[in-house]
Amino acid sequence: MYSDIVMDHFANPRNAGVIEDADGVGEVGNPVCGDMMTFYIKVKDNRLEDVKFQTFGCVAAIAVSSMVSEMAKGQNLEDAQKITNKSVAATLGGLPQNKMHCSNLGAEALALAIKSYQEKQRKTPSASAA
Amino acid sequence: MRRVYLDHAAATPVRREVLEAMLPYFSERFGNPSAVYDLGSEIKEVLEEQRERVARLIGAQREEIVFTSSGAEANNLAIKGAALANLKKGRHLIVSAIEHHSVLNAARFLEKFHDFEVTFLPVAKDGLADPERLRKFMTPATTLVSIQHGSNEIGTIQNIRELAGLCREQGVLFHTDAVATVGQAPVDVQELQVDLLTLSGPALGAPKGVGGLYFRPKLRLVPQIHGGIQENGRRGGTENVPAIVGLGEAAALAREELAAKAGYLAGLRDLLVAGVQERVPQVVYTGHPRQRLPGHASFCVAGIEGEALLFMLSRQGIYANTGSACASKALKTSPVLGALGIAPDLAQGSVVFTFNTDNSEDDVNYVLNHLPPAVDRLRSFSPVWRKRTAAAAAG
Repeated sequence: MYSDIVMDHFANPRNAGVIEDADGVGEVGNPVCGDMMTFYIKVKDNRLEDVKFQTFGCVAAIAVSSMVSEMAKGQNLEDAQKITNKSVAATLGGLPQNKMHCSNLGAEALALAIKSYQEKQRKTPSASAA
Repeated sequence: MRRVYLDHAAATPVRREVLEAMLPYFSERFGNPSAVYDLGSEIKEVLEEQRERVARLIGAQREEIVFTSSGAEANNLAIKGAALANLKKGRHLIVSAIEHHSVLNAARFLEKFHDFEVTFLPVAKDGLADPERLRKFMTPATTLVSIQHGSNEIGTIQNIRELAGLCREQGVLFHTDAVATVGQAPVDVQELQVDLLTLSGPALGAPKGVGGLYFRPKLRLVPQIHGGIQENGRRGGTENVPAIVGLGEAAALAREELAAKAGYLAGLRDLLVAGVQERVPQVVYTGHPRQRLPGHASFCVAGIEGEALLFMLSRQGIYANTGSACASKALKTSPVLGALGIAPDLAQGSVVFTFNTDNSEDDVNYVLNHLPPAVDRLRSFSPVWRKRTAAAAAG
């Protein structure tokens, strides 16, 4: 049902956790319909210095979150924003068709985290870490 | 790695005695029971012997059993067959809200294509259907009520005699899906006063692909598989002789072992339930705490999702089931858990263990050693769990 890459990321999720003083936070989904993901980012010099996630959901949702965090960490914000749900699924060696929509939300959660950081920057440019 | 299989409601291994009884009926004794010559007529006799063995397990007579391809087919035949045979009386059915999909969807089929009205009878938090509530839903057009005997999802065993007795008094047919119960706990159609009862092979250690329907004598059923006059015209299609022999053998064995089996399974279940409640915080034991299938333990674990938990467990060789939306092809949470009033996020954490006699206390201890760390791990990165614990800490 799941690829070896998916099972590996599920069994050993990378970057699972919370950043208490995060520069940006993005949350997608809700536990009622299935999966819920929260991404935390730390930004330095326009780069994602740290990325962490928390996920409530199935094997696919956990693996997706882990993969997104790995793909994004160390990237500059522009490149990180180019990560799509589709590219995440491809990098995971594919996902079951019925998991493509509900569980493949990691890229959206990351994008929301970056957006929340950028909005914060616009409001308080003096606090910019860059 | 140790393998602890606790998903016997989904599939059971075919018993060795059952398999051996079946083997001659593939290549040696292959005749068609409808054939007139001896190669066929002796198979017809074998079929009737199996019917007798299955009937005896549930306190019925030989001629009151029709063989089907599965429990699902037997449920379809019961619901559609009995409803369509009683159109003159009316087009109203009542089925409980926690039925198997084969009952729910057979009822919905009648609603959609035959202008039936279907009432889904709500159940209490412990899964029990209330006879007084059932009585209130009955109308002069009600022809059939269907309520599951024992729930494969939450384990609850209904007060069938009371519910069926009410229906008999009102002149309404009563069907019960007893797939999860037959072979695990005593079931007697006379005592229960049911008109129709579904059973299935795999639950007894017979192969997949065989089931049976009990029907009260003279009850009319419109066949759902049209064909020849096999099964006295109630189901077309040449009988699946080897599987039926397997069902007959399994039924005979079940009858001998039933009393000891129920006690043994209940012992394992109680050990698991007590251990889980002691070792895993924030777990809800679903279904009725006492009036339930002996080999069935079902929980909802807060803060995690069931499919992920199943995969964590299967990595340790433990095989269980879940009613979580993520594990279903339709991506919908089990309607059964919703009907009990369990909140959707908690229902996502459903996990179900079903035992058989090849399980042991060691198996239970193995689960009790591996379940808590699996839950802890998933909770360690669950935003739902984080919010839950933060809210609890804030008081």
